[in-house]
Amino acid sequence: MASDTIKTYRFRGGVHPPEEKLTKSIPVRTMPMPDKVFIPLSQHLGAPAKPIVSPGDRVTVGTKIADAGGFVSAPVHSSISGVVKGIVDYPHPAGRNLPAVEIEGDGTDQRDGAVKPRSNPMDLDPGQIKEIIREAGLVGMGGATFPTHVKLSPPEGKPIDTLIINGAECEPYLTADHRLMLDAPDHIVTGAELMGKILGVRRIIIAVEKNKMDAVAALKKAVLGGDTAVVALAVKYPQGAEKQLIKALLDRSVPSGGLPMDVKVVVQNVGTANAVYEAVAENRPLVSRYCSVTGPGIKNPANLVLRIGTPVSKVIEYCGGLTQDVRKVILGGPMMGIAVWDFSVPVMKGTSGILALTEEYLDENREGPCLRCGNCVRVCPMGLTPLMFARHTQLGAFDRAEEFNVMDCIECGCCAYECPAHIPLVHLAKYAKAEIQARRRKAQG
Amino acid sequence: MKETYILTTSPHIHNAESIPRVMYSVVIALIPAVLVSIYYFGVSALIIYLISIASCLVFEAAAQKVMGRPITIGDGSIMITAILLAMNIPSTSPWWLVVVGALVAVVLGKQIYGGLGHNPFNPVLVARILLLISFPVQMTAWVEPVPLFSGVDSVSMATPLGDMKTTLMLKGLIDTSHFSYMDTFIGFVGGSLGETSVLALLVGGIFLLARRVITWHVPATYIGTVFALTGVFWLIDPTKYANPVFHILSGGLMLGALFMATDMVTSPVYPRGMLIFGIGCGIITVLIRLFGGYPEGVAFSILLMNAATPLIDRYTTPKKFGSIVLDEAAK
Repeated sequence: MASDTIKTYRFRGGVHPPEEKLTKSIPVRTMPMPDKVFIPLSQHLGAPAKPIVSPGDRVTVGTKIADAGGFVSAPVHSSISGVVKGIVDYPHPAGRNLPAVEIEGDGTDQRDGAVKPRSNPMDLDPGQIKEIIREAGLVGMGGATFPTHVKLSPPEGKPIDTLIINGAECEPYLTADHRLMLDAPDHIVTGAELMGKILGVRRIIIAVEKNKMDAVAALKKAVLGGDTAVVALAVKYPQGAEKQLIKALLDRSVPSGGLPMDVKVVVQNVGTANAVYEAVAENRPLVSRYCSVTGPGIKNPANLVLRIGTPVSKVIEYCGGLTQDVRKVILGGPMMGIAVWDFSVPVMKGTSGILALTEEYLDENREGPCLRCGNCVRVCPMGLTPLMFARHTQLGAFDRAEEFNVMDCIECGCCAYECPAHIPLVHLAKYAKAEIQARRRKAQG
Repeated sequence: MKETYILTTSPHIHNAESIPRVMYSVVIALIPAVLVSIYYFGVSALIIYLISIASCLVFEAAAQKVMGRPITIGDGSIMITAILLAMNIPSTSPWWLVVVGALVAVVLGKQIYGGLGHNPFNPVLVARILLLISFPVQMTAWVEPVPLFSGVDSVSMATPLGDMKTTLMLKGLIDTSHFSYMDTFIGFVGGSLGETSVLALLVGGIFLLARRVITWHVPATYIGTVFALTGVFWLIDPTKYANPVFHILSGGLMLGALFMATDMVTSPVYPRGMLIFGIGCGIITVLIRLFGGYPEGVAFSILLMNAATPLIDRYTTPKKFGSIVLDEAAK
């Protein structure tokens, strides 16, 4: 199926922040192996992994060091060869210290003996493929880090007819997915087909924003046939948000509180598709990822292959350090990323970018009164009324905030980006959501 | 490496908008009408603008000081209030009328509710109505516009709407034969300072639409409703009811529809609500103009619809994404 025959649709709302893709033309380099890594046990949504190594154990690249802590969880593997120093409480992007496996490298970069390529990945049966994906510790690499095998296991009675591979990369600055699509389009396509096999779907759509037509061309070339299509989508943030992407490609609306599988769809990121290929065909667990190190505050912006567990400070150092006027360092993109202050935090499976912003790029305006201008409502891709839930949250009326559907907020940041009064609408939404969830847990006893 | 970094939540970037930018956009949009009014009503108009700006700034700062709130007279919102207040009174207004209007608009219309963003009614219209009811003579002392430097003394005259109402009451018929559409369009007509030039107001309104400070919803439905309703009555009896073009060109309709009914703070926030608001303003304006005691109803209609705004918002909240049944979703 040629992409031209696929009709695309519009999702409501959205914004057009400057793209700032500073690193889009910079080929990927592999950062030299760090001498030490700190691999967190919580790199995914769900239960933390359970460590299976002890201090003094020798590990090689790909050795499993922690096993899934439940069904919604994922194993973790060593990203370097060396010796386990211990399970330590280590700074985590979540803002506090969390358990991580500290491994001191021996400089040899030795691979795990079990890592042997498979010559016939497509001949494996779906159950086997899924098991390999689970064992390889795959999680959603777009940033949400939901364990991949769980997404590939829709319950009985939830038929899937379409697999969407998300290469929208709608966040400003980030180019990791873009470079990956240029470097490994065949791997992405094969990875997608492997997931399609698990789900039993024939239709696969690889969606890319129109600002990456070179990636569209590369992917089209890699598609050999079948029902896999590459579709170029309008450039609009948040085009890559799951529900908006499904709307734009299939004109289906995921019900409020529901999941893509409720409309017969599974969405996976291009990075995840590539990781599926590496896990299944090359028998390599997830131990490294593409990451953009970018922004006006990075001396030498780059796209890098980074080993999981590398301290961010080492990555920044490798890119020439920060400029003097950096005021904010962000893991992820500028619209949804997390600001960090302790740069010893490690690169994780979901770290798509390390972004350093200087004063002039940041919003330092003081919050003013709501003018009821309605910009937040106009740009909200979820059809919400941010001014209303924000006002009620500020007053502590969380039940009223819930009535204004704050729980449907995807925290994309469009409202706060557009608010002339600079009200921290996303901050208030996160606060209300956490508070409401805490109350629900309490109510359940 | 410096050790101070900002840790606030996402999003970490923002577009260029801010409250002052929004406010000063409106100020810029008002400038054509201000210039036309100074051209036609002369130095007295200029003095009224200056008194209005000075007294609004003083009252705003004083009120904020007394109420212990940060002084925000630089954010531009008070400039809009000041200019619109001057635009809403006659060129012959004595200085004290302007000062009383400023006091009412700033303190009673805005600050006692909590300042910018918290007032339920358009502050300028609160002042206009209060002045109209308290000082009817001064508030209707219209004069004929005289182009600047023409050396002619201005003489008193009625506004087209006032003239029509008086004639209708005296003779039972209207007479718009001496009414020049072109004069009203460019502003060569009696009326409050800023309401007379349809052309200048439209230029400003188009600027605000282009800047996305306002949307089409309220002005289009407001003006459209006035046009349609007066058109119906005109078709029924053109000897008693003026034609719709006369109605949309005269009085404070353009000023009201483009600059006061569109006030974000006091009008509905959702598009569907804006349509209801505009239609409501239109109906009330026409009812007052055709059947009420006052010749003009723009100010009353907007204030009445301001009062209805919370209710309108409540019933026009947009549907959220995915508020559909599952079967439909899985088509």
